[in-house]
Amino acid sequence: MVPALALEDITVTFVSRDGGRYTAIKETTLQVAPGEFVSVVGPTGCGKSTLLNVAVGLLQPSAGRIRVFGESLAGLNRKAGYLFQTEALLPWRTALQNVTAGLEFRKTDASQALRQAESWLQRVGLGGFGARYPHQLSGGMRKRVALAQTLILDPEIILMDEPFSALDIQTRQLMENELLELWSANRKSVVFITHDLEEAISLSDRVVVLSAGPASRPIGEYQIDLPRPRDVAEIRLTPRFIELHGLIWRTMKSEVLKSYAQQQQQ
Amino acid sequence: MRSSSSNKTALRFWQVVLFIVLLAIWHVATSPTLLPPVYFDNPHKAAFFFGEPLKVLARTWEWFSSGTIYPHLWVTLLETVLAFVIGTVLGLGMGLWLALSPLASALLDPYIKALNAMPRVILAPIFAVWFGLDIASKVALGVTLVFFIVFFNVYQGVREVSYTVLANARILGASERQLLRHVYVPSAMSWVFASLHNSVGLAFVGAVVGEYLGSSRGVGYLILQAEGTFDINSVFAGIAVLTAFALLLDWAVSLAERRLLVWQPRGGETEKM
Repeated sequence: MVPALALEDITVTFVSRDGGRYTAIKETTLQVAPGEFVSVVGPTGCGKSTLLNVAVGLLQPSAGRIRVFGESLAGLNRKAGYLFQTEALLPWRTALQNVTAGLEFRKTDASQALRQAESWLQRVGLGGFGARYPHQLSGGMRKRVALAQTLILDPEIILMDEPFSALDIQTRQLMENELLELWSANRKSVVFITHDLEEAISLSDRVVVLSAGPASRPIGEYQIDLPRPRDVAEIRLTPRFIELHGLIWRTMKSEVLKSYAQQQQQ
Repeated sequence: MRSSSSNKTALRFWQVVLFIVLLAIWHVATSPTLLPPVYFDNPHKAAFFFGEPLKVLARTWEWFSSGTIYPHLWVTLLETVLAFVIGTVLGLGMGLWLALSPLASALLDPYIKALNAMPRVILAPIFAVWFGLDIASKVALGVTLVFFIVFFNVYQGVREVSYTVLANARILGASERQLLRHVYVPSAMSWVFASLHNSVGLAFVGAVVGEYLGSSRGVGYLILQAEGTFDINSVFAGIAVLTAFALLLDWAVSLAERRLLVWQPRGGETEKM
């Protein structure tokens, strides 16, 4: 089967103004099958976001190639939706107008776009909040709007960059369950970036562990054979989850310590 | 809620009281009969230099009741609005262009800086020669004042667009044109509105200074005429009328601002249910 997204031998080296070089990612290969939910975990500063920026076409890799359903990627990845870690909603548009934005850019009929957006707001639990501006919504609500904004375009590949990291733990688990529910209703390929191993295991079909930066690369891959549908809060208590967590953590631990030691030096 | 509104009423009351007290001091100090002359040798000299508030009020009243002020006021306001609109549109266009085109920006940078540093009021005589003594020369002066304020704010506004918001709009499928319309312009507009009070004020300054330096109509012209005949009361009346209308314009701007910037958070604002 042709993978939905294939990163082949990707290396990303940043050059700073004073001529310094920093290799964030080195010779990384990652494939995501259609409908597969893959999480990428790693210590802070290991180039997880860089990998995602390459996959969506915001960043050109120094070496390597990206294939989207078998075709080489040039420019922005039109088959991908992207959920940002930080605020990305257009602050001058209401929640509803934010959700319609993508359809509007694609010149979809306005009344049809409006109907779809309203139904998406309902689906993410914000039925009565369409007229509010982003600053009038809570952090969790803004994430829901962002989710609806991305999913309304029905992308084949969904890239998520620690989307829930700024939320409190309860809101976060609610959002994770909602994400799983939306995803299982219409299975697309997902690349989910996080530094939270529990989040990664409870959501994914497969977890990829990146080494500490600089020159990060995948150092472990684990199939998560937990049954679906899952409840992210409950599944954490099952023996298999704990077993998998222990297994992956053994790989991750040394990398986290390395990354911590590097931060101490700086 | 109640206490804040009654506080506001009390504040208004004391503001009015202060105004009346200041007028009373002015009246007592300049009246030829109320106080013996302290500084001037002649009791009428204080009134000659500083005017008399009652006569200023009478003159203002006379202007409005006889209607002689209206054509002048109309001309001044027309000049202000034209200068404001033209200056804003030019500033917006240039600001967007230079902010989005690094080459043009680098090329024109020293010229923009020089033009901004120049005391532009001095251009008034040149504009009078170029555009005549009618409203065009005043509008031109106002435009040079308004343009730079709007220009720098738009430039800043475009530069400060959040990288994430921009990237998000791109990934959602926005073309370059759509980015301009849906991201850059709205972001720049919030900065333009932040500078609106300044630019309306300067449009007004451009109009009045232009009239003062050479014209046949307008409130600035009225003040110039009164000065020529040492009619200090009319000068003060002209200033009072100008001030009142400047406040009115400022209020209109606040109103427009509140309408158009609903999406911006205000300090301490609670959620509307």
